[in-house]
Amino acid sequence: MFTRIIRDPASPTEEVSALLCSVAADIISTVEFNSTGELLATGDKGGRVVVFQREQESKNQPHRRGEYNVYSTFQSHEPEFDYLKSLEIEEKINKIRWLPQQNAAYFLLSTNDKTVKLWKISERDKRPEGYNLKDEDGRIRDPATITTLRVPVLQPMDLMVEATPRRVFSNAHTYHINSISVNSDYETFMSTDDLRINLWNLEITNRSFNIVDIKPANMEELTEVITAAEFHPHQCNTFVYSSSKGSIRLCDMRASALCDNHSKFFEEPEDPSNRSFFSEIISSISDVKFSHSGRYLMTRDYLTVKVWDLNMESKPLETYQVHDYLRSKLCSLYENDCIFDKFECVWNGSDSVIMTGSYNNFFRMFDRNTKRDVTLEASRENSKPRAILKPRKVCVGGKRRKDEISVDSLDFSKKIIHTAWHPSENIIAVAATNNLYIFQDKVN
Amino acid sequence: GNRAAQPGTTQRAEGDDSLYPIAVLIDELRNEDVQLRLNSIKKLSTIALALGVERTRTELLPFLTDTIYDEDEVLLALAEQLGSFTVLVGGPEFVHCLLPPLESLATVEETVVRDKAVESLQKISQEHSPVDLEVHFVPLVKRLASGDWFTSRTSACGLFSVCYPRVSSTVKAEIRQHFRTLCSDDTPMVRRAASSKLGEFAKVLELDYVKSDIIPLFTALASDEQDSVRLLAVEAGVSIATLLPQEDLEDLVMPTLRQAAEDKSWRVRYMVADKFSELQKAVGPEITKNDLVPAFQNLLKDCEAEVRTAAANKVKVFCESLPEDSRETIIMTHILPCVKELVSDTNQHVKSALASVIMGLSTILGKDNTVEHLLPLFLVQLKDEYPEVRLNIISNLDCVNEVIGIRQLSQSLLPAIVELAEDAKWRVRLAIIEYMPLLAGQLGVEFFDEKLNSLCMAWLIDHVYAIREAATCNLMKLVEKFGAEWAQNTIVPKVLGMANDSNYLHRMTTLFCINALSEVCGQEITTKHMLPVVLKMSTDQVANVRFNVARCLQKIGPVLDSSALQADVKPVLEKLATDQDMDVKYFALEAISGMYPFISLTFQHISSQKHFNSPLYCFFFSFSPCCLGYRRLHCVIVKFFKHYLWMSCIYFIYSCIYLFIWSTCTFLKGSSDAHFPQVDMIL
Repeated sequence: MFTRIIRDPASPTEEVSALLCSVAADIISTVEFNSTGELLATGDKGGRVVVFQREQESKNQPHRRGEYNVYSTFQSHEPEFDYLKSLEIEEKINKIRWLPQQNAAYFLLSTNDKTVKLWKISERDKRPEGYNLKDEDGRIRDPATITTLRVPVLQPMDLMVEATPRRVFSNAHTYHINSISVNSDYETFMSTDDLRINLWNLEITNRSFNIVDIKPANMEELTEVITAAEFHPHQCNTFVYSSSKGSIRLCDMRASALCDNHSKFFEEPEDPSNRSFFSEIISSISDVKFSHSGRYLMTRDYLTVKVWDLNMESKPLETYQVHDYLRSKLCSLYENDCIFDKFECVWNGSDSVIMTGSYNNFFRMFDRNTKRDVTLEASRENSKPRAILKPRKVCVGGKRRKDEISVDSLDFSKKIIHTAWHPSENIIAVAATNNLYIFQDKVN
Repeated sequence: GNRAAQPGTTQRAEGDDSLYPIAVLIDELRNEDVQLRLNSIKKLSTIALALGVERTRTELLPFLTDTIYDEDEVLLALAEQLGSFTVLVGGPEFVHCLLPPLESLATVEETVVRDKAVESLQKISQEHSPVDLEVHFVPLVKRLASGDWFTSRTSACGLFSVCYPRVSSTVKAEIRQHFRTLCSDDTPMVRRAASSKLGEFAKVLELDYVKSDIIPLFTALASDEQDSVRLLAVEAGVSIATLLPQEDLEDLVMPTLRQAAEDKSWRVRYMVADKFSELQKAVGPEITKNDLVPAFQNLLKDCEAEVRTAAANKVKVFCESLPEDSRETIIMTHILPCVKELVSDTNQHVKSALASVIMGLSTILGKDNTVEHLLPLFLVQLKDEYPEVRLNIISNLDCVNEVIGIRQLSQSLLPAIVELAEDAKWRVRLAIIEYMPLLAGQLGVEFFDEKLNSLCMAWLIDHVYAIREAATCNLMKLVEKFGAEWAQNTIVPKVLGMANDSNYLHRMTTLFCINALSEVCGQEITTKHMLPVVLKMSTDQVANVRFNVARCLQKIGPVLDSSALQADVKPVLEKLATDQDMDVKYFALEAISGMYPFISLTFQHISSQKHFNSPLYCFFFSFSPCCLGYRRLHCVIVKFFKHYLWMSCIYFIYSCIYLFIWSTCTFLKGSSDAHFPQVDMIL
């Protein structure tokens, strides 16, 4: 169903076995398409943002249609040190969000643990030429020889893409920022850390409003943290945030300035028979996403992905098992910390398919209408460019068939945390550690 | 004479001279340094003037049209400059040449730049002839209004109102149509811009069109799905209401405004509360009585604290502007019950907002009502748990004083003041100190002596310097109010008593107080009572106290009589000038030099101002290798040449060297008007 169209854009020739230290900075930490899908941005642990642009269709190279090539690369965040708190602030990009396009330039928000930045990515194809006091090659002219004034003239030049920092939204978060989300009013955005949600105006950097604060007066009473938050795609007053206890709260900003009281509370009652030491950890929600229609919510916890109807708070509409075979391995996953991995989930353009990641470079897709699901693998070894991806199967008990993989041989260091789906077409971007795979629905 | 004889060369030579700075300016339009680019842009008129109108139009403006890649501040400066460029492109006839660069600036993403470009466009629209307006300006507005990106469409919203009055009726119809389209734009950004310009546009429209066109747009925007659009419609509603005749208001505007006052979103209700006095003015007394009073009551009882705060802030203005015939009844029956509830609100900002205006009600309601109804509220607020609330009441005491006299309040006032005066937060204490002179004036000297005097004294030994400083200043203002005699009897003894305190900071406070009080107390008290204490303190064991004695003596010098200066002050200063501590010495010498007109000094040649300003000193300093400041250097010199005689010798030698160099320079320059700074530069 999906063919791979490009791979590892950052260093196409680099071997996987490259030095670990250099790889660490290359690990992709977020992937995001813009609203038209023409651009795709990735952020990595080294604080860099790479923006890809989709090739325009051309007659002489029809097969290149849809390929994404590097458009701009820039260093968004640098490592910092907070001297007051003796804290190192990592440069890792936690999230990228595109702003709606307002003129010929593109704008995106990128955030690390503490600081959100607004970047402008613009093109320049003209250059002024002609100086009065020097020649075009830079030699200074004798002032005495100047008899007429020259006004510079703009001449065409090779296209240049520039990324410029436009605003820095800082000093508003005590804890680590896990989400940012742009409001549908195009005027505000929110940034969420473990305990608080702040609301910013995109044009004002020195002031933000705290809209949610779950920090108890006594930190020993702390029982849950905020794990993700997002604005409704159309209703500017509505947003949701998920918690480490597996619940989702929907708030209405019209009701009051402080949204500590939710207007809806989504939670599935726990099944007492399944209760174990790990129940609370695996029920923590790692990602929450509104559907494009705004009618549904999707949440990802450790083993499942759930779809909720905004009008039904008591239980999810649909629950999909992502890798239920790991339920027996929770103990070892706890020991190697994998149980705390924060998998993301995405909708396709028409909200009919959802996608989320797993281990061993596997990622899963669920068709909500046909209830069919598929496991695919993003890896260099198994797929050449333009090859068709084969579905993979994990053997669950019994005897293993030829094309199946046993649970014990899964590689837990190869995980697919971040994925993105083109807003209107069947193009997906999958980040597997330091590789970015882009797959496209086979056209013919 | 010579130059006139060779016109050709002259022109060239002169051309070079005047062209060069312009050439630099033009080149710096593209300098890598933003500051230089900015400077150049700010002198754009100079460049244009040098180029002449023709080249400005054909070369400079096309270049500027494409210079939209620059930093915001450069673009902002450019947008501003172009607003007053008409003369430089050849007058109103050619003003349309300015449209292309401003058009491109009106589409950049930065709001301040866009707004400035729109402002400049509005400005130059007035310089277009009616024909040019239709041929050049209106097409630009249409282009912007139908632009692909919302930045250009938002800019268009601000331009309709300036061209509408001056175009033909067919174009007017088109403009109205464009505005209608923008009001229902897909992006909230554009709808917001349209909503915020709706009132402005309505003002230039014919009344019939206001009714037929603007009202439906207003109604639509006021029920937009985005609260950010709805809240801007409130302000538009206020402007529209001022335009319509009274009989139409009820049908056309009021339903929408009523709906806004009860909007589901608190931000919209906040906006209504915030614009309430304007609204009240716009709709007139009848609607105010029937509609706004209940609406205001609801806002005061709103569930959102932000809304209550905004409404509470308006209580006084709203009541003041009520129609006179029914004012008192409305306040007593409708507003006051709500105010009573707000006094015990759960939110401190609400209470604080109310406290800042509630006292104003007393002048409206008169003595009896104030005593009966308002006074209890004041008293509750004076006991509020938040200092800001109490401070706001205290700071507005003058309003009540005029109506009922402050005595009524004094019983409750005192505990409130005492509590604030002892608040743990020093900023609160500072705030109450600042109201002390006002309070003292209203409470009278007896009450003050009895109750507040001890507080004012206690602040003098506060552990925060800012409080001690404010307390000193407060004493001065009190003496200004109550007079020198009062000071002598009540304050001065206590202040002077602190001179024997074991804490040197308190001893220093005595000196600071004397600094502040000497002038208001006058010569007699200063000489008789204060001076002896100061002089005694010159032997203090702490150097900080000693040098403050020197500073104090300098400060009070002008108040003292000359005999005291000669007999008492001079010997003490002279002694301090030989102190072991460098700072004491420095300030003693400073004091001596400062008192030059009062004391005849034996060593005036080193410290008199005259020498400091002499070129010789400058010369000496320019040689000095150390990076010490002027004053420190002075100390060093003094330390170095202990004997003044030596000083004189050295000065003499320097003078010789200096004179020599000066004359040489003068000779070299071959000019008779060489002066000292030039010598310094050469050195």
